[in-house]
Amino acid sequence: MSFNFQEYFDELNGGDVLFSFKGSITTDLINNVLDSVEVKLQDSDEQSKIRKKVYNVLVEGLQNLYHHNDDLPNSYREKFEDGFGVLVIKKLDDCYKISTGNFIFTENIKELKGRIDRINSLSKEELKEEYKDILNNQKMSEKGGGGLGLVDIARKTGNKLGYMFHNFDEKYYFFSLDISISN
Amino acid sequence: MEPISFEGTPKTPTVNFNADTGIVEIKGRSIPENSIEFYKPLVDWLEEYKENAQPMTKVIIQLEYFNTSSSKCILDVFKKLEAVHKAKNPVEIHWYYEEDDEDMLEAGEDYESIIRVPFKMVEIVD
Repeated sequence: MSFNFQEYFDELNGGDVLFSFKGSITTDLINNVLDSVEVKLQDSDEQSKIRKKVYNVLVEGLQNLYHHNDDLPNSYREKFEDGFGVLVIKKLDDCYKISTGNFIFTENIKELKGRIDRINSLSKEELKEEYKDILNNQKMSEKGGGGLGLVDIARKTGNKLGYMFHNFDEKYYFFSLDISISN
Repeated sequence: MEPISFEGTPKTPTVNFNADTGIVEIKGRSIPENSIEFYKPLVDWLEEYKENAQPMTKVIIQLEYFNTSSSKCILDVFKKLEAVHKAKNPVEIHWYYEEDDEDMLEAGEDYESIIRVPFKMVEIVD
């Protein structure tokens, strides 16, 4: 069965949702989300250590969406805007959960899956070394990312990255990423 | 040399680089989508500063947040400072972090292990 976006999005939006968005991920949108979530976190009585981790992970998650979206053809535009992405932030009993989603070309899955599996296999100490290695030895891409974002998220949260590739059609999959920040 | 003086914004830090005093300061947040553009003038300034560096350069880094796109640019800034230090004009980097912010302390330690310049970790207590 092919991926049903609405079902996926509805399911993500169950529970104590702090913030939810689907649509074009633009610089303005990122600014608005960061402002709004920062105010919400300040209003909550969460300890500042956790607030900072949530904010940091949110910055990386949004910027990953912004830089690494594979563009959909025009024929999809009726349902999915240009630069389409999903962001949902939830508060669960023992953690915050930040979920992001975006379309990805089928041929790009292998590399991304390999990177996440590798990150998930590393210990805290190995992640630190991986981070420093990429920081010091690899060229940044034009977009500036340089592949550090996911390593940084894994390091700051101390949790494994949850992910799924949902088959959308023969050319595209929908990539969903779940990040937990334990409190 | 003309100093650099940038006002901070919600996504970019306050920057004060002064060749007369030898004080180099970056404070606030560094979370722009494209950091290279923001940091290029800072890296260029330090390249020029190396030729006329003060006998002692004090670097103050006090960041609340920085993204991974900035982390590479901050390393480029530190590499230029390392060149000043190597040219026998000592540099000292003061890395500030809030008392409960272990991630920021660790980030400073990462740089300390890569860059051959003395670091001072300074805890900010409320």
